[in-house]
Amino acid sequence: MLLQQLINGFTLGFIYALIALGYTMVYGIVRLINFAHGDMLMLGAYTGFFVLNAFGATPSTLILALFVSMFVCAIIGVAIERAFYKPLRNAPRINILIVAIGASLLIENGSRILPFMGPNPRQYPQLEATSTITEVMGQRVVLSKQDVIVVVVSLIMMASLGYVVKFTKIGKAMRSVSQDTRAASLMGINVNRIISFTFAIGSAMAAVAGVLFASKYPQVQPYMGILPGLKAFVAAVLGGIGSIPGAMIGGIILGITEILSKAYISSKLADAVVFGILVLILMVRPTGIMGKSLKEKV
Amino acid sequence: MLTKVRSFPLLLVLTVLIIGVIAVFIRIGVINDYAAQILSFAGINVIIALGLNLITGFTGQLALGHAGFMAIGAYAAAVSVMQFNMPIFVGVIIGGIVTSVFGLVIGFPTLRLKGDYLAIVTLAFGEIIRVILVNMDALTGGAAGLKGVPYFVSKETIEKNPNAILWVPVLSFIFITLSVVIVLALVHNLLNSSYGRAIISVREDEVASGSMGVGTFRYKMIAFIISAFIAGVGGGLYAFLFNYLNPTDFNFIRSVDFLIIVVFGGMGSLTGTIVAGYLLTYLQEALRFLQDYRLVIYPLLLIIMMIFRPGGILGSREFSPTRLIHLKSFKKALQRETAAEREETK
Repeated sequence: MLLQQLINGFTLGFIYALIALGYTMVYGIVRLINFAHGDMLMLGAYTGFFVLNAFGATPSTLILALFVSMFVCAIIGVAIERAFYKPLRNAPRINILIVAIGASLLIENGSRILPFMGPNPRQYPQLEATSTITEVMGQRVVLSKQDVIVVVVSLIMMASLGYVVKFTKIGKAMRSVSQDTRAASLMGINVNRIISFTFAIGSAMAAVAGVLFASKYPQVQPYMGILPGLKAFVAAVLGGIGSIPGAMIGGIILGITEILSKAYISSKLADAVVFGILVLILMVRPTGIMGKSLKEKV
Repeated sequence: MLTKVRSFPLLLVLTVLIIGVIAVFIRIGVINDYAAQILSFAGINVIIALGLNLITGFTGQLALGHAGFMAIGAYAAAVSVMQFNMPIFVGVIIGGIVTSVFGLVIGFPTLRLKGDYLAIVTLAFGEIIRVILVNMDALTGGAAGLKGVPYFVSKETIEKNPNAILWVPVLSFIFITLSVVIVLALVHNLLNSSYGRAIISVREDEVASGSMGVGTFRYKMIAFIISAFIAGVGGGLYAFLFNYLNPTDFNFIRSVDFLIIVVFGGMGSLTGTIVAGYLLTYLQEALRFLQDYRLVIYPLLLIIMMIFRPGGILGSREFSPTRLIHLKSFKKALQRETAAEREETK
């Protein structure tokens, strides 16, 4: 029982980690809580839905769906950044935050009125379910194909993200912009391009998370991104916002906590537990597990 | 100084006159019950937005959980009237007090946090409150909602005199609009006191005001608790206006609605909040014919506003009816003064 719950928690945690990575990267570079990030998950899930519906749900079309939704969401993410956030780059933080909330509502309600998306929830096409049932220490453990796909795809995504950020030129530029935007700009880095690139990568990660989330909980609707988005933000804060390994750890801790509190405390109160953790973390260690504490500059 | 003393009776007369005229219009049917309800609802939105403006516009701390505070106030007021037979007026006050206790408990850990974190924690608290309200079935009716909350006219009065129900829209309007005036006076006077100056100094520069000896945390707490109290009062009024409460009415989107009012009116402008509150509540109803498209126009408006007029309608300016009236005498005084100055220079 416990082992089974842990497996479920891990798979959910990997999805949260993928979303949290986008939050953390965007926050690290422009210091903005991108409220519209959860909606990228929704758009990614819908794109996957259309691809899978058109070509049928097989492992190869799933890979196609992942790539198409990454591409679509990256474009939409950059478009939103250019249209809504860029004009406000030097505005007070509170204004940008409000615009982010506005962008989120716009995407959600916009998808609601689009005829091909619509307000009604839709069934997500699923792969043929094959589960391996194993006995571990006398307990029956079910490992479904979806869970394996979630974990494998997430690991690939995280590894490639880590590679891009650590070992490529553009990754180096991203790190330098997040450390000091002005200094990076003086060193000849095109800051606007780097910010757009960050939004593109973050949105693509959210799109992957969306397709995986929808294949695990097979339903899509315009407001599906809100709650996972919020929880992923909690995960990002938990791990230390701005820190990439922190987002992964935070996501997995959060996924396990949510599943365990659903199983052992109360399924209705699980969300309260998750948000309670956020409050607790911020009281005890506001910078999160991996975060560095910043000295306040006058 | 002199104008302030003189303007009080003027304001009082003006307020009584406006409320009285509109109340008569509602009673004789010039303004129908539906429009009266929108007016009352707009009043509630204005009240809560005034509270939010105090913490977000004047103290500079973004709070995204005011729907949660409103929910606490609404349920506390409804339960105290329904279960403990309190008068409605007392119920509303109890709603405010209970909510301010929650404000104290929530504010104590969170107001030490800076900027974005506060926004997220208040958001999280709003969600937690909602989840808990759903789970406290015995007291709140759970997910099915709380039915049978009384009107502003008590049930006994209506039983005794069935005609009293005709007075419900008028009484709701008067009760709520008077509350708007009282809350406005409270916040306005607070901001013009030494407390208010300290609160505004926290917004302008927390580090600087701290080093000048302002207890920034203390003033943030004061602003937050008063803000919570006002939201609780607004919630109580909401309960008696609509007579039905459901936890889903108090979700994140509603918190955003209040924020939109504050931002539209101008963060740091009380009169701006009032204008925006009435205008936007009316607009929401007027745009109903657009059906779902309304949901798109609203956030789009918000974004465009933020990009092209980030200060809101009024910025941090205030619009004052007494100043308009006094403007004439002020101009005359100014002319006299400049004339006198000219004499002196000669």
